[in-house]
Amino acid sequence: MKVQVLYFAWLRERIGQGREVVETEAATVADLVAELRAREERYDLAFSDMGAIRCAVDQALAPVETPLDGVREVAFFPPMTGG
Amino acid sequence: MSEADFDLGAEAARLEAGEETGAVVTFTGRVRGGGGLRRMVIEHYPGMTERALTEIAGEAARRWPLSGTMIYHRHGSLAPGDRIMMVATASRHREAAFAAASFLMDYLKSRAPFWKKEETDDGADWVAARDADEAALERWNE
Repeated sequence: MKVQVLYFAWLRERIGQGREVVETEAATVADLVAELRAREERYDLAFSDMGAIRCAVDQALAPVETPLDGVREVAFFPPMTGG
Repeated sequence: MSEADFDLGAEAARLEAGEETGAVVTFTGRVRGGGGLRRMVIEHYPGMTERALTEIAGEAARRWPLSGTMIYHRHGSLAPGDRIMMVATASRHREAAFAAASFLMDYLKSRAPFWKKEETDDGADWVAARDADEAALERWNE
Protein backbone atom coordinates (compact mmCIF):
# COMPACT_ATOMS: atom_id res chain seq x y z
CA MET A 1 0.00 0.00 0.00
CA LYS A 2 1.00 3.61 -0.47
CA VAL A 3 1.15 5.97 2.50
CA GLN A 4 1.82 9.70 2.48
CA VAL A 5 4.51 10.34 5.11
CA LEU A 6 5.15 13.85 6.44
CA TYR A 7 7.97 15.23 8.59
CA PHE A 8 8.05 18.51 10.49
CA ALA A 9 10.54 20.78 12.30
CA TRP A 10 13.96 19.23 13.03
CA LEU A 11 12.78 15.84 11.82
CA ARG A 12 12.10 17.36 8.39
CA GLU A 13 15.53 18.99 8.40
CA ARG A 14 17.37 15.80 9.38
CA ILE A 15 15.57 13.68 6.80
CA GLY A 16 15.96 16.39 4.17
CA GLN A 17 12.37 16.51 2.93
CA GLY A 18 8.92 17.39 4.19
CA ARG A 19 6.88 14.63 2.60
CA GLU A 20 7.11 11.52 0.51
CA VAL A 21 4.98 8.63 -0.63
CA VAL A 22 6.14 5.37 0.91
CA GLU A 23 5.29 1.95 -0.48
CA THR A 24 5.04 -0.28 2.57
CA GLU A 25 3.58 -3.46 3.98
CA ALA A 26 4.16 -2.32 7.57
CA ALA A 27 1.36 -3.34 9.95
CA THR A 28 1.77 -0.44 12.37
CA VAL A 29 3.36 3.01 12.61
CA ALA A 30 6.18 1.47 14.67
CA ASP A 31 6.83 -1.06 11.85
CA LEU A 32 6.91 1.81 9.34
CA VAL A 33 9.52 3.60 11.46
CA ALA A 34 11.61 0.40 11.56
CA GLU A 35 11.36 0.13 7.75
CA LEU A 36 12.44 3.72 7.26
CA ARG A 37 15.34 3.37 9.70
CA ALA A 38 16.61 0.33 7.85
CA ARG A 39 16.44 2.22 4.55
CA GLU A 40 19.04 4.95 4.99
CA GLU A 41 21.24 6.40 7.68
CA ARG A 42 19.49 9.81 7.69
CA TYR A 43 16.26 8.09 8.74
CA ASP A 44 18.07 5.96 11.29
CA LEU A 45 19.57 9.07 12.89
CA ALA A 46 16.34 11.10 12.74
CA PHE A 47 14.31 8.35 14.45
CA SER A 48 17.01 7.30 16.95
CA ASP A 49 15.09 8.76 19.94
CA MET A 50 11.40 7.92 19.57
CA GLY A 51 10.76 9.45 23.01
CA ALA A 52 11.34 12.85 21.37
CA ILE A 53 8.96 12.19 18.48
CA ARG A 54 5.18 12.40 18.26
CA CYS A 55 3.05 10.91 15.54
CA ALA A 56 -0.25 11.65 13.85
CA VAL A 57 -2.29 9.21 11.78
CA ASP A 58 -4.66 10.82 9.26
CA GLN A 59 -4.14 14.14 11.06
CA ALA A 60 -4.97 12.97 14.58
CA LEU A 61 -2.40 12.31 17.32
CA ALA A 62 -1.87 8.58 17.65
CA PRO A 63 0.44 6.10 19.41
CA VAL A 64 3.05 4.23 17.35
CA GLU A 65 1.13 0.98 17.91
CA THR A 66 -1.62 2.29 15.62
CA PRO A 67 -2.38 -0.08 12.69
CA LEU A 68 -1.69 1.30 9.20
CA ASP A 69 -4.53 -0.56 7.50
CA GLY A 70 -6.56 1.96 5.49
CA VAL A 71 -4.41 4.89 6.61
CA ARG A 72 -3.61 7.58 4.04
CA GLU A 73 -1.30 9.92 5.92
CA VAL A 74 1.25 9.49 8.73
CA ALA A 75 3.15 12.44 10.19
CA PHE A 76 6.17 12.57 12.50
CA PHE A 77 7.24 15.61 14.50
CA PRO A 78 8.74 16.79 17.80
CA PRO A 79 6.46 17.86 20.68
CA MET A 80 4.42 20.88 19.63
CA THR A 81 5.29 24.43 20.65
CA GLY A 82 2.37 26.64 19.68
CA GLY A 83 0.91 29.72 21.26
CA MET B 1 -4.28 30.52 10.17
CA SER B 2 -2.41 33.10 8.18
CA GLU B 3 1.01 34.54 7.50
CA ALA B 4 -0.57 37.98 7.75
CA ASP B 5 -0.85 40.11 10.88
CA PHE B 6 -4.24 40.72 12.46
CA ASP B 7 -6.18 43.63 13.91
CA LEU B 8 -6.92 42.67 17.52
CA GLY B 9 -9.68 45.26 17.90
CA ALA B 10 -11.46 44.25 14.72
CA GLU B 11 -11.26 40.53 15.56
CA ALA B 12 -12.53 41.08 19.11
CA ALA B 13 -15.35 43.30 17.84
CA ARG B 14 -16.65 40.37 15.78
CA LEU B 15 -17.49 38.61 19.07
CA GLU B 16 -19.51 41.54 20.32
CA ALA B 17 -22.59 40.68 18.30
CA GLY B 18 -25.70 40.29 20.45
CA GLU B 19 -26.86 42.11 23.55
CA GLU B 20 -26.49 38.99 25.70
CA THR B 21 -22.68 39.00 25.48
CA GLY B 22 -21.51 40.79 28.59
CA ALA B 23 -17.81 39.88 28.43
CA VAL B 24 -15.13 39.54 25.76
CA VAL B 25 -11.66 38.38 26.82
CA THR B 26 -8.67 38.56 24.46
CA PHE B 27 -5.10 37.30 24.71
CA THR B 28 -2.30 38.22 22.32
CA GLY B 29 0.99 36.31 22.09
CA ARG B 30 4.02 38.16 20.71
CA VAL B 31 7.57 37.25 19.72
CA ARG B 32 9.64 37.95 22.83
CA GLY B 33 12.83 39.84 21.95
CA GLY B 34 16.19 39.60 23.68
CA GLY B 35 18.97 36.99 23.78
CA GLY B 36 20.10 37.98 20.30
CA LEU B 37 16.84 36.83 18.71
CA ARG B 38 16.53 37.95 15.09
CA ARG B 39 13.60 35.98 13.72
CA MET B 40 11.14 33.37 14.88
CA VAL B 41 9.93 30.94 12.23
CA ILE B 42 6.65 29.17 12.90
CA GLU B 43 5.93 25.94 11.07
CA HIS B 44 2.55 24.24 11.02
CA TYR B 45 0.85 21.17 9.59
CA PRO B 46 -1.69 22.39 7.02
CA GLY B 47 -4.94 20.51 7.53
CA MET B 48 -4.17 19.03 10.94
CA THR B 49 -3.52 22.42 12.53
CA GLU B 50 -6.92 23.78 11.47
CA ARG B 51 -8.53 20.55 12.64
CA ALA B 52 -6.80 20.71 16.05
CA LEU B 53 -7.76 24.36 16.57
CA THR B 54 -11.38 23.61 15.70
CA GLU B 55 -11.40 20.71 18.17
CA ILE B 56 -9.87 22.79 20.95
CA ALA B 57 -12.37 25.61 20.37
CA GLY B 58 -15.20 23.06 20.34
CA GLU B 59 -14.03 21.60 23.65
CA ALA B 60 -14.00 25.09 25.20
CA ALA B 61 -17.56 25.64 23.98
CA ARG B 62 -18.65 22.37 25.61
CA ARG B 63 -17.13 23.36 28.96
CA TRP B 64 -18.29 26.97 29.22
CA PRO B 65 -21.38 28.89 28.08
CA LEU B 66 -19.65 30.86 25.33
CA SER B 67 -21.38 33.02 22.74
CA GLY B 68 -18.23 33.14 20.62
CA THR B 69 -14.65 31.84 20.32
CA MET B 70 -11.89 32.77 17.94
CA ILE B 71 -8.30 31.67 17.48
CA TYR B 72 -5.95 33.41 15.07
CA HIS B 73 -2.44 31.95 14.68
CA ARG B 74 0.24 33.15 12.31
CA HIS B 75 2.93 31.08 10.63
CA GLY B 76 6.05 31.97 8.70
CA SER B 77 8.97 34.21 9.65
CA LEU B 78 8.31 36.81 12.38
CA ALA B 79 10.45 39.52 14.02
CA PRO B 80 10.78 40.33 17.74
CA GLY B 81 7.70 42.27 18.82
CA ASP B 82 5.50 40.81 16.07
CA ARG B 83 2.15 39.39 17.07
CA ILE B 84 2.10 35.58 16.83
CA MET B 85 -1.43 34.70 17.77
CA MET B 86 -4.57 35.70 19.60
CA VAL B 87 -7.55 34.08 21.21
CA ALA B 88 -10.82 35.76 22.06
CA THR B 89 -13.75 34.38 23.99
CA ALA B 90 -17.16 35.88 24.60
CA SER B 91 -19.75 35.00 27.21
CA ARG B 92 -22.55 36.45 29.27
CA HIS B 93 -20.22 36.79 32.29
CA ARG B 94 -16.48 37.30 32.63
CA GLU B 95 -15.64 34.12 34.59
CA ALA B 96 -16.45 31.82 31.68
CA ALA B 97 -14.70 34.07 29.18
CA PHE B 98 -11.49 34.26 31.26
CA ALA B 99 -11.44 30.53 32.02
CA ALA B 100 -12.10 29.55 28.40
CA ALA B 101 -9.35 31.86 27.11
CA SER B 102 -6.89 30.35 29.59
CA PHE B 103 -7.97 26.82 28.58
CA LEU B 104 -7.51 27.64 24.87
CA MET B 105 -3.99 28.93 25.51
CA ASP B 106 -2.96 25.90 27.56
CA TYR B 107 -4.17 23.52 24.86
CA LEU B 108 -2.72 25.56 22.00
CA LYS B 109 0.73 25.35 23.56
CA SER B 110 1.07 21.59 23.37
CA ARG B 111 -1.86 20.15 21.40
CA ALA B 112 -1.90 22.24 18.22
CA PRO B 113 0.72 21.30 15.60
CA PHE B 114 3.00 24.33 15.58
CA TRP B 115 6.77 24.35 15.90
CA LYS B 116 8.90 27.40 16.60
CA LYS B 117 12.44 27.93 15.41
CA GLU B 118 14.53 30.76 16.84
CA GLU B 119 17.17 32.40 14.69
CA THR B 120 19.73 34.21 16.84
CA ASP B 121 23.14 35.79 16.30
CA ASP B 122 24.62 32.38 17.18
CA GLY B 123 22.57 30.28 14.77
CA ALA B 124 19.14 28.67 14.63
CA ASP B 125 17.48 26.17 16.92
CA TRP B 126 14.04 24.62 17.44
CA VAL B 127 12.26 25.64 20.62
CA ALA B 128 11.93 22.66 22.96
CA ALA B 129 8.58 21.84 24.52
CA ARG B 130 8.45 22.67 28.23
CA ASP B 131 7.30 20.18 30.87
CA ALA B 132 5.42 23.07 32.50
CA ASP B 133 3.25 23.42 29.38
CA GLU B 134 2.30 19.76 29.53
CA ALA B 135 1.63 20.03 33.28
CA ALA B 136 -0.63 23.03 32.66
CA LEU B 137 -3.10 20.74 30.88
CA GLU B 138 -3.63 18.63 33.96
CA ARG B 139 -5.53 21.29 35.86
CA TRP B 140 -8.29 21.11 33.25
CA ASN B 141 -8.75 17.37 33.78
CA GLU B 142 -9.19 17.26 37.53
